[in-house]
Amino acid sequence: MRVLPVGDDALLVETGSGEEARALHEELLRRRERGALVVREIVPAARTVLLDGLDDPARVAAGLAAADVPPAPAPAGAVVEIPVRYDGPDLDGVAAHWGVSPAEAARIHAAAEFRVAFCGFAPGFGYLTGLPPGYDGVPRRATPRTALPAGSVALAGPYTGVYPRASPGGWQVVGSTDAVLWDPERVPAALLSPGTRVRFVPRDGEGTA
Amino acid sequence: MTDRALAVVRAGALTTVQDRGRPGNAHLGVPRSGALDPPAAALVNRLVGNPPGAAVLETTLDGCALRPRTPVTVAVGGAPCPVAVDGRPVPWGAPVRVPAGALLEVGAARGGVRSYVGVSGGVAVQPVLGSRSTDLLSGLGPPPLADGALLPLGPPATPAAHVDVAPRPGPPAELVLRVTPGPRADWFTPEAVRTFSSRPYRVSPASNRVGLRCDGPPLVRCRSGELASEGMVLGAVQVPPDGRPVVFLADHPTTGGYPVIGVVRAADLPAAAQAVPGTPVRFVPVQRR
Repeated sequence: MRVLPVGDDALLVETGSGEEARALHEELLRRRERGALVVREIVPAARTVLLDGLDDPARVAAGLAAADVPPAPAPAGAVVEIPVRYDGPDLDGVAAHWGVSPAEAARIHAAAEFRVAFCGFAPGFGYLTGLPPGYDGVPRRATPRTALPAGSVALAGPYTGVYPRASPGGWQVVGSTDAVLWDPERVPAALLSPGTRVRFVPRDGEGTA
Repeated sequence: MTDRALAVVRAGALTTVQDRGRPGNAHLGVPRSGALDPPAAALVNRLVGNPPGAAVLETTLDGCALRPRTPVTVAVGGAPCPVAVDGRPVPWGAPVRVPAGALLEVGAARGGVRSYVGVSGGVAVQPVLGSRSTDLLSGLGPPPLADGALLPLGPPATPAAHVDVAPRPGPPAELVLRVTPGPRADWFTPEAVRTFSSRPYRVSPASNRVGLRCDGPPLVRCRSGELASEGMVLGAVQVPPDGRPVVFLADHPTTGGYPVIGVVRAADLPAAAQAVPGTPVRFVPVQRR
């Protein structure tokens, strides 16, 4: 674990893996919960956690370096089910990349349990990990699409994501959902937040196991 | 709609509603947003008797024109500009009474980029995650003002401040930005780090509420490959593959995958928000506090 100062009041804590970042994130949330850490933002990402808005970053950094971060327990909590039609324009390409049929690609995706590693790109956009080894290296599209509809379910690298609203996007679109990922009128506004467990449930009989 | 409203006669190039933004939601991918020049926004609120977090209007270069349906006190600050009520010049940087139905004209900036219009009671559009700010990156909050729109106003809180004129320094001819190094300065060659802190840059016309883009000598990386996405802070100087630094402003993305060579002190960002395209920029390395 490496603690990098960021500006005058933030720290970027770098870990060796997504799993270590997850354990650190959970530990930091526990510390904040019990009042041992006062911070404006705790932002997990691929292999880092950012602490932004600290009164005394040097002291927090010293506390982190000495910290013994326990490994995160297996994800607990309710599983959010996202109904999906595996009808995306890139499903065939992803299947070819994996060396399976499109129907099998959908089955593989729907069989995995995902977890929101972190959010970013847009409000409510989660970077979900959980694809089995060997299926987690889909490249981005060489040319991003200028407009993807809201609810597009897409893959890139180790991640699956669902576009909360229409936007440009470079990920490989394998399906679509009617689930509302982001609704500012709803509490909470985001369907997915860091740590949320997720399953994709095939609709229209496609890709059922 | 009640009479406590403001009709938009001329929206201007880009006028948005801004308050202190929605910090605390970065883990959901929600930018902080908020006024780009917070001291200017706080000042116009104080001049009209609003609490500091009331929503104001932020214009871009060419002002706007408004017609209140009820008598209001307004104050215009930030970028200096002509201000008129029904064609009669009134002071900039001071509380001004505007009768119901009168036309308030906020003119083009004489220096700087963003003028702020505070209105007694504050702009009372529906908050999103606790803020009324327009976030141009993610589309949260009210849309930018459009001609003919009607903005609700809140009830006036306190009598206007007993401040006649509140002077403020004009935008500097040169933008000097103090920068603490890192967290990813080690992604750049030593020459690039020296270039960044010694060579002049200029504010690019492509700058916006997301970032102050700088034209100048490109900063060369000493590493290939991609940086995994990581959390981004206000003032982060991110360097995309073209090597031109971008200083993150209020609507910046919450995570990013380009290395951050340094972070601009928060106290220097209001001036960055007022730097017109072409303004010379110097990045000055400073010790972390």
